[in-house]
Amino acid sequence: MIAVYLILLIPLAGMVILGLVADSRRAGWINVRCNAWALAASVWLAVDVLIHGPQLSSGQLLYIDSFNVYLVALTAFVGLTTSIFSGPYMAHEQEAGRVNARRLRLYYAMYQGFMLAMYLVLTTNNMGVLWVAMEGATLATVLLVSLYRTPESVEAAWKYFILCGVGIALALFGTVLLYFAAEQKLGIGGNALLWTVLHENAAALEPNIMRLAFVFLLVGYGTKIGLVPLHNWLPDAHSEGPTPMSAILSGLLLNDALYAVVRCKMLVDGSLGTHTAGYLMMGFGLVSFLVAALFLHRQTDIKRLFSYSSIEHMGLMTFAFGIGSPWATFAALFHMTTHSLTKSAIFVTVGHAAQLAGTQRMTKIRGLILTQPAIGWGLLIGTVAIAGFPPFGVFASEFLVLIATMRDYPWLTPLLLIGIGIAFAGLFRHLQTMVYGDIPEGQTAIPANLWPVMIHLALVLWLGLSIPGFLGNWFSQATQLISGASPF
Amino acid sequence: MAIAELSLYQQAVLLLAGLIALTSFLMLGQSRLVRLVLVFAIQGILLAATTAMVAYALDFPHLFISAGLSFLLKGILIPIMLQRLIYRMGLHRELDTIEHPARVMMGGAFLMVFSYYVSLPVVAHSPLVTLNAIAVSLAVVLLGMLLMITRRQAVAHVVGFMSIENGLFFAAVVSTYGMPMVVELGVAADVLVAAVVFGVFFFQIRESIDSLDVDRLSKLSEADKP
Repeated sequence: MIAVYLILLIPLAGMVILGLVADSRRAGWINVRCNAWALAASVWLAVDVLIHGPQLSSGQLLYIDSFNVYLVALTAFVGLTTSIFSGPYMAHEQEAGRVNARRLRLYYAMYQGFMLAMYLVLTTNNMGVLWVAMEGATLATVLLVSLYRTPESVEAAWKYFILCGVGIALALFGTVLLYFAAEQKLGIGGNALLWTVLHENAAALEPNIMRLAFVFLLVGYGTKIGLVPLHNWLPDAHSEGPTPMSAILSGLLLNDALYAVVRCKMLVDGSLGTHTAGYLMMGFGLVSFLVAALFLHRQTDIKRLFSYSSIEHMGLMTFAFGIGSPWATFAALFHMTTHSLTKSAIFVTVGHAAQLAGTQRMTKIRGLILTQPAIGWGLLIGTVAIAGFPPFGVFASEFLVLIATMRDYPWLTPLLLIGIGIAFAGLFRHLQTMVYGDIPEGQTAIPANLWPVMIHLALVLWLGLSIPGFLGNWFSQATQLISGASPF
Repeated sequence: MAIAELSLYQQAVLLLAGLIALTSFLMLGQSRLVRLVLVFAIQGILLAATTAMVAYALDFPHLFISAGLSFLLKGILIPIMLQRLIYRMGLHRELDTIEHPARVMMGGAFLMVFSYYVSLPVVAHSPLVTLNAIAVSLAVVLLGMLLMITRRQAVAHVVGFMSIENGLFFAAVVSTYGMPMVVELGVAADVLVAAVVFGVFFFQIRESIDSLDVDRLSKLSEADKP
C-alpha cells in the first residue's frame, strides 16, 4: 500500500520543487527523475497487486485492482519516456525564442501536476474525487496549451477549457445522481460514493436513476475521451500546444477518461441488468471511429492529423468496451496499451519533424529520411504501426476487436473494416512525400533524442509478436473484473 | 399535493429553487456585464442560503462549511474578481448585444420544461421537493450553457460556466444533502483555480485579438488554411 502513496506523493513533491527551480535545464532533469521514481513505485505496486490481489487503503480512499494498476504502470512509463524527450525539445524551443524561462517553469511544474491528476484519477476509490482529479487534469494542461501565446494557441486553449469544463460539469451532475441513487439504499454518509461500496450494492441501486446518471457521466467523461460530436477541442489542443503535451494528452488523458467511463459502466450494468450502457458506448464509439477516419483526409497540419487518429482509436476502444464480452474487453484493454505506446512515440517523432522543417504543415515537410534518417524512419514505422499493419501490436488488438465484433454483432464488422481502410488511406496520403522526397534548402539535422521512440516501437512490435505471459495474465484478470468472465 | 401541506422546510426549498431559476433567466436577458456579474453573485448567495438552511433544518453541521465556501467563493470572491477585471479592461460601458432576445427566452423556457421531463424518472422514488430541486438544477445547468452559446463576451462565458457549477451544487445540496466533505473541498478548489485561470485567459485573449469578443477566435477550423 505504501507504493500507492508514493505514486501520489512523488508528482506532488515534483510539482512543488519544479515550481521553485528557475534553471530550465535542471528542471528538465528533475522532471525526468520524478517520473523515473514514479515508474519505479508503480512497478513495485504492480508486483504487489499481482501477488496479493486488490488492495484498499485504510481510509477507503484509494483502491487498486488489476484494471487500474496496469494503467498506472502505463501512465508512469509514457510519462517517463515523454519527459526524457521533453527536456531537449523544450530547450530547443527556448533557443528558438518560442518560450521563455518563466513559462518553462510553469510547463515543468504543470507536467508533474498533470501526472498527479492522472494518478489520482486512476487510484481513487471515490467517484467524486475522480471527478475532481479529472477537472484538475484540465486545469493543469490548459495553460500549457497556450504556452506559445500565439493567437491560435490561445484560441485552442480557450476552446479546450470551455468545452471540457462544460462537458465535465455534466459528469459532476451524473456523479450527484449516482450519489442520490446510492444514498437511498446505503443511507447518508461518506461511503455512498465509494466505488467498491457502489459495486457491491449495484444490484440494489434504482435503475431509472442510474440510467440517467450514466448518460450524464458518458457525455461528461466522453468529452475528455474525444468522442464525436464532443471532440472539437481535441485536435486544436493537440496541434497548438507543445508536442510533449500532445504526447501525454493523447497517450494518457484519453485513456484515463475512458477508464472512468468503464468504471461507471460496471456500476450501471450491475444495477440495470441490461445492456443499455453498452449500446450507448457502442453507438458513440462507432460514430467517433468513422467520423474521425473521414476527417483524417481533410487535415493539412501533421499534429492535427494524428490527433484525429487518436479520436479514431479511442472510438474503437469505446466501441469494444461497449460490446462488453470478455473477448472485446480483452481487446479493448490491449488496444489501450498499444495505442498509447504507439501514439506517444508518433507525437515525439512528429515534434522533431516539425522542429526540423520549421513548420507543422504537411505540404512543407519534405525529405525527412535524407535529412535525418532516425526521424524519417521513426515517423514511417510509427505510422505503419498505428495504421494497424502486422506485425505491430495495434494490428493484433484491432484484429481482436474485429473477431469480438464478428462473434456478437457480425453485421457491424463491414463498418469497422471500411473505417480501418479509410483511416489507412488518410494516414498514408501525405506520408510518402514527407518521409521521402528531396531535402528542402537549408534543412539540417537537429539534436534529437529518439530513444523513447525506439523503445516504444520495439515494445509495440514485441506485443504484436507475442503478449508476454504476465501481461496476458494481467489483461485477463482485468477482463474478468470488467466483463465477469475470463476470455480463455 | 397542495403547497400548504408541505412542511415549512420544503416550502422554503421550493421558494429558493424558484428564485435560483429566476436568477438564471435574469442572466440570460442581461446585456450589461456589470449587472450580469451582480445577478451571478445573487445566485451564489441564494445557493449559500439554501445550503445553510438545509444544514440548519435537517441538522447536517458539515453543510455549514459548504455553505460558507459557496458564500465566499460564488457570492463574493469570484464576482469581485470578475468585476475588477471588467473595470480594468474597460468593459463596464460596453453593451453585449443579444441577438433575438425573445427567441433566447423562449429557448430558456423550453429548456426548463425539458428539464422537468428528463427528471421524471426520479420522481417515483422521492418526494416532490427532490423532483423540483433536480429539475431546477438541471435547468440552471442548461440555461448556463444557453447563456454561453448566445454571448460573445468571454466574461459572459465565465459567468455561464460558473452558473452551471451553481446548478450542480444546488442539486447536490437539496437532493443528497451535500457531497462527502473531501469531494466538496476538491470541487471548491477546482472552482477557485478555474477562476484564476480564467483571469489569466482574459489577458491572453486580449493580447492576441485585442478584445474579449470570443467570436473573433476563429482561426482554427477544418477548412483548408491558405
